Amino acid sequence: MALKGAEIMKMLPKTNCKECGCATCFAFAMKLATGGVKLDDCPYIDPEAKAALEAAMAPPIKLVTVGVGQNALVIGEEEVMFRHEKTFFHEPGIAVLISDKENEPDIVEKIARIKDLRFERIGNVLKVNLLALSNDSGDRDTFGALVKKAYEATDFPFILISEDTDILFSTAAMCADRRPLVYPITSENVSAAIPKLKELGMPAGVKGDSLDEVISVTSQLKEAGVEESVIDPGSKDMLEGIRDQTLIRRAALKKGFRPLGYPTMAFPCFMCKDNYEEALATSVLMTKYAGIVVTSLTEKDFIFPLLVHRFNIYSDPRRPMTVEEKVYEVGQPDENSPVLISTNYALDFFIVAGAIEDSDIPAFLCIKDTGGIGVLAAWTSGKFTGEAIAEFLKKYDVENKVKHRKLIIPGVAKKLKDELEEELPSWEILLGPSEASDIPKFLSEEWRV
Amino acid sequence: MTYEPPLEKHSVNIREVVLGEGEKAKKIGGENTFPFHFFEGALPNPPGLALEFLDMQPENWTRRTLEPFQDVLSDPLEWARKGVEEYGAEILCLRLLSTDPMGRDAAPEEAAKTVRNVLDSLNIPLIVLGTGTEDKDSKVLIEVARACSGKNLLLGPVLKGNYQEIAKAALEHGHAIVAQASMDANLTKELNIALCKFFPPEKIVVDPTSSALGYGMEYTFSIIESIKQFGLVDKDNMMRMPVFSDVAGECWRTKEARESGEQGILWEAITGMTFLLAGADLLVLRHPEALRLIRNMIS
Repeated sequence: MALKGAEIMKMLPKTNCKECGCATCFAFAMKLATGGVKLDDCPYIDPEAKAALEAAMAPPIKLVTVGVGQNALVIGEEEVMFRHEKTFFHEPGIAVLISDKENEPDIVEKIARIKDLRFERIGNVLKVNLLALSNDSGDRDTFGALVKKAYEATDFPFILISEDTDILFSTAAMCADRRPLVYPITSENVSAAIPKLKELGMPAGVKGDSLDEVISVTSQLKEAGVEESVIDPGSKDMLEGIRDQTLIRRAALKKGFRPLGYPTMAFPCFMCKDNYEEALATSVLMTKYAGIVVTSLTEKDFIFPLLVHRFNIYSDPRRPMTVEEKVYEVGQPDENSPVLISTNYALDFFIVAGAIEDSDIPAFLCIKDTGGIGVLAAWTSGKFTGEAIAEFLKKYDVENKVKHRKLIIPGVAKKLKDELEEELPSWEILLGPSEASDIPKFLSEEWRV
Repeated sequence: MTYEPPLEKHSVNIREVVLGEGEKAKKIGGENTFPFHFFEGALPNPPGLALEFLDMQPENWTRRTLEPFQDVLSDPLEWARKGVEEYGAEILCLRLLSTDPMGRDAAPEEAAKTVRNVLDSLNIPLIVLGTGTEDKDSKVLIEVARACSGKNLLLGPVLKGNYQEIAKAALEHGHAIVAQASMDANLTKELNIALCKFFPPEKIVVDPTSSALGYGMEYTFSIIESIKQFGLVDKDNMMRMPVFSDVAGECWRTKEARESGEQGILWEAITGMTFLLAGADLLVLRHPEALRLIRNMIS
């Protein structure tokens, strides 16, 4: 919860000693409120006041880390209910569920398949993040064997799931260096769990059948010094999920209600009748605030759309609808590959790049910075003229990327063709299709070197 | 600290718009809360899910989207009938692709006859879409409005450049319209203001235009969310129209939908579901399986 300068002022020594570098305590308070200085800069602040201020100024949703190193999942510290109000900051983790009741060969094959769920898309790596390992057998050794296998075969962070608190923590100790999320911590086992969580330094997966139960558990954990929790409100279907996730985030952001100020998790894997429904519910819960979604899906046709979905929803809307100016390589083009040029309007770029990929003909896609406006408007305003494009080709040394001298321009830019023929006498200017969807047809029929 | 559920109530609602007439008529909109927020408000009408069909043989459709209608693709009426009887569509969307001036350029009278023919046989709520070409669409949709007078069609897209002619015909013949403004909530509002000078707001559905998963879906998502916020939270009278999302074509045009039919169905269903979650009140879908999936999720 953001504090106002005047509220901070009340807690300061009010001596105007200037040792913090500010002229007055009030000036320091104002700066502190906007993050311009640190609380530590005040040498005389009362330790109790300092602790109170730190608590009050902490982000309304705690940052939680599951796992270690570069694969660690970091969630929380979200600031808004709607992405257009600012942005969503931390992509939810997609955890794939593996039960210790599954057969060993199946588990091995499944882990291998999950490792392959990793895709490149326009320069970004999209992948699943976690394994949710579940002790459905109720047996300590069976669960231990599953965790050992996962530990050796992958470097994914884990969620460890067991209704038996003893088994849960004895297994967690086996992979403490991976910092797993241990689940479920409930009103029944929280007292037993607290010393273990503190000893092992792991985040708690808090489960409650109601938000009241969740609040009681997170409050006890916080009181005992366990700082990192992830909340499962126990939603049984998609609608309950939307309700619970919305209320938790609202309570944290709009009411500053600390006991719900943690990232959340949801289990679409237990909400649905079939894979399709599960995929839809997973997409819904990722959009509506879950920090971790646990899925039983492992097939590419289901996971890939979810990864793209997450990438879309968590992209930053404050960024203009543009892509970087450069020469993009679609596929692996060589010196005989076609050269196309378009603007950096993001939607056009995705569609054109997708259409080229679709054609199976690798190509150089030149993207000229037009400030994110489309072809015709950019031509009118002088950002996508013959002269501007000639400069672009020179700047990015396109002549040395290919042996031919053919440039394909957007079909809507007929007038541009004349301008370019004048500016680039050594180049042949080809008018491409007006619709990006016709690019594959155009390339396969018209492209000859 | 005691916990009180932080419920939010809104004192206005999104306007209710009726599609079609008679006992099969459908209402959309009417909610006074955010999508699926049954815990804090009223959503009297489930979102409308319309199945798309064309007035000519589709070109460039993938095998997976042709399959369900393989035997009826050359006959719009039979295509429509199959959508209703076999796949349970309660709203249909006829895209008058034959009228495309860059394509077959069929005459407005011919298109209107097709629409009339479908209506006479099926009499279910019908969305009729032109090709987005301002001049031609205004001729075609005016003719359709006249030929189906009193049937309460939903006609679109009505654009900045042709809203006066089309809305006038819709008003005269008792139809509703889809007001389309691309990817900008302010443009949506401007068009609504212009329309409402002579057209009843409870006959307007707004279309901020749709992009597919992976191809700008997030922009559509956020524009729909902000339109709904302007309407419900800020009580902006010109932003309380139900939202329309034409998911069908955009999704199946993508590389991902074309390379795998199963993935295509999910591509369409996830995109559609995401727009419902943002606040869309009416979707146009291409694959009956995507329609079935979304219907199951929201029922």
